[in-house]
Amino acid sequence: MKTTSVMIVGVGGQGSLLASRLLGNLLTAEGYDVKVSEVHGMSQRGGSVVTYVKFGEKVYSPIIDLGEADFIVSFEKLEAARYASCLKDGGTVVVNTQQIDPMPVITGAAEYPADALDKLAAGGMHIDAIDALSLAEKAGSARAVNIVLMGRLAKYFGIPEEKWLAAIETTVAPKFVELNKAAFDLGYHA
Amino acid sequence: MKKLMIGNEALARGFYEGGIGVVSSYPGTPSTEITEFLSGYRDIYSEWAPNEKVAAEVAFGASLGGKRSVCCMKHVGLNVAADPLFTLSYTGVNAGMVLCVADDPAMHSSQNEQDSRHYAIAAKLPMLEPADSAEAHAFAKASFDLSEQFDTLVLMRICTRIAHSQSIVDMGERADVPDKEYVKTPSKYIMMPAYAKARHPIVEERMAKLAEYAENCPFNRIDAGTDKSLGIITAGTCYQYVKEVFGDKVPVLKLGMVHPLPEKMIRDFAASVDRLVVVEELDGVIESFVKNLGIPVEGKNLFSPIGEYSQAVVAKAFGLPEAAHATPDAVPGRPPMMCAGCPHRGLFYTLSKNKVTVIGDIGCYTLGAVAPLNAVDSVLCMGASVSGLHGFNKARGEASEGKSVAVIGDSTFMHSGVTGLIDIAYNGSNSTVIILDNSITGMTGHQQNPTTGMDIHGDPAGKIDLEALCHAVGIRRVAVVDPYDLAACDKVLKEELAAKEPSVIISRRPCVLLKSVKKNPPEKVNADKCRGCRACMQIGCPAISFKDKKAVIDATLCVGCGVCNQKCAFGAIEA
Repeated sequence: MKTTSVMIVGVGGQGSLLASRLLGNLLTAEGYDVKVSEVHGMSQRGGSVVTYVKFGEKVYSPIIDLGEADFIVSFEKLEAARYASCLKDGGTVVVNTQQIDPMPVITGAAEYPADALDKLAAGGMHIDAIDALSLAEKAGSARAVNIVLMGRLAKYFGIPEEKWLAAIETTVAPKFVELNKAAFDLGYHA
Repeated sequence: MKKLMIGNEALARGFYEGGIGVVSSYPGTPSTEITEFLSGYRDIYSEWAPNEKVAAEVAFGASLGGKRSVCCMKHVGLNVAADPLFTLSYTGVNAGMVLCVADDPAMHSSQNEQDSRHYAIAAKLPMLEPADSAEAHAFAKASFDLSEQFDTLVLMRICTRIAHSQSIVDMGERADVPDKEYVKTPSKYIMMPAYAKARHPIVEERMAKLAEYAENCPFNRIDAGTDKSLGIITAGTCYQYVKEVFGDKVPVLKLGMVHPLPEKMIRDFAASVDRLVVVEELDGVIESFVKNLGIPVEGKNLFSPIGEYSQAVVAKAFGLPEAAHATPDAVPGRPPMMCAGCPHRGLFYTLSKNKVTVIGDIGCYTLGAVAPLNAVDSVLCMGASVSGLHGFNKARGEASEGKSVAVIGDSTFMHSGVTGLIDIAYNGSNSTVIILDNSITGMTGHQQNPTTGMDIHGDPAGKIDLEALCHAVGIRRVAVVDPYDLAACDKVLKEELAAKEPSVIISRRPCVLLKSVKKNPPEKVNADKCRGCRACMQIGCPAISFKDKKAVIDATLCVGCGVCNQKCAFGAIEA
């Protein structure tokens, strides 16, 4: 069985670590060999953040290199463009249409590329774009963008929805379980 | 029970199961979580020490006192702990003792890329290096027995990719390890020349025995391969990249003990393959050893001593094709920056505005160096702001006195800043030191320190009074300022720079990310009043951007600190 590689990318503070832990717990419970790689520290301070999740019968490297990702889940548009070269031929980009300006854009040193997703799609990539921020707010908190996107990613996996919901229960703090289940559901059925 | 764990949690679990009694550490990415996870086991003693030297000495004392002990640090922390390290090699241990050191190839969160294996060689100590969380768990569990069997401190080296990668660990039970008796043994534990001379031969004998042990060490093994035209020697995370590329095709000598190395095992392996290559990140440590045996070997001729490897790096070095991939347009970078509402911002804005030379230090506030504040001139190592400023002022005299400051966080000041301040007071430079007291160790993810009044568990603890401490070492002028108040910052900075004696400014406000800190409602821009002058942009707040020539504030990021408000001459920013 081949290894499946999922990259979760976003801006520090958006909750990509929790998303990767949810995925890791789900896939471990499903009996796969799993590796999840995070980078902490400096990169969390509003910087670009990338997490790798790989699963299969036997996973060696925790890293996903150029052209290796089956899925890229991006919490922000610009970050999808930044890491798009990691996508495998025929892979899918699940992306939140939210725009968060990086400091070079804020200071006027650079421009935010408004057409980044269109260019990726024009290059032949499968882009699945959703307004995860609005869905998260509908679920009850803007901070649930991460779980909305996991709900969207779940559509591409052959794992029943109830298994995902069970993984949410084991991953998030009890008081946030209902919120996150609602967020997952909105992403899944978006 | 099986669980997905980062390497740091796996190490903690392994040490716990191996009978650890005491852990003392100083936080440092990527090592911090080992101690955080250990602190969750309330049946052992855990603490944050003020620095790595103290931590290593506390762990030594605990070993002497009969409990299995651990201290953890990042690679540069081992430089701080190097003094006890080298002589601990001579004393050996009573109960088992392990020092964990986390290297950071690619410098995800560090100031250099040093390879800690050199310490194992220089200090003559055994070093283990796991390749995933399961090995981290197994090695940690076994490390105390190894320490006691050979009467030696054991080094456990990991790198960022092991520390922060999750893989599956099969947890076991905690061993019931009785405490060792403490027996006064001057010849072993008092390292004055007469005794140390007698200990050095014991160190050499121990290393010879460990080299023999390495030949049969269960952590060194050969993965058989079908194609003997190539053989690879590797260790740690590089093993995973080699296996990802070659699978079971190529024979691999996988080293779990990276010092001392197994000479016979390497000779036999080399003889069994046509071409021998060492794959190791950073320096060619194993390669040099193999070369010194007179065995033809490749390594750094194919691989860089710089940065992290991956399967693509390994494939490329062996001339294998890389995966097909798109090359999208270059996009603007997203560097890390101070958070919205960060208390450091107002102070750094003031420094930038006053164009002072800033000798910086290690912490979140290193980010005062980036645009648009560009407020920092130098960052070397923990504590170097204070002593560096003293030297700078001694070199330049009046050309820099009154125009330069040191900036250092509360935790870094406790770590090694206070000794520099003592030098300023003792040797009398007219220097101004700014302590950025945000009441926590921020960069590494909120650890308590001696100034916070809480211990590693968040329980009440001794609290260092920074003002009293500065006074006690001989600084007469100590001012406290709220960094959210730009006018007050400007005033106090000018006053202390003008003073003809050493001074300390304590810029005090808790880290805005602390749960205990109450956030204000977000500020809003009144578009009718905004003239688009961009004055609010000078503070470099990630919550403020410009749309249609007017400032806009992102309500999801803004915590209502009011610093931008003070920059607006037109009253356009409203609470």
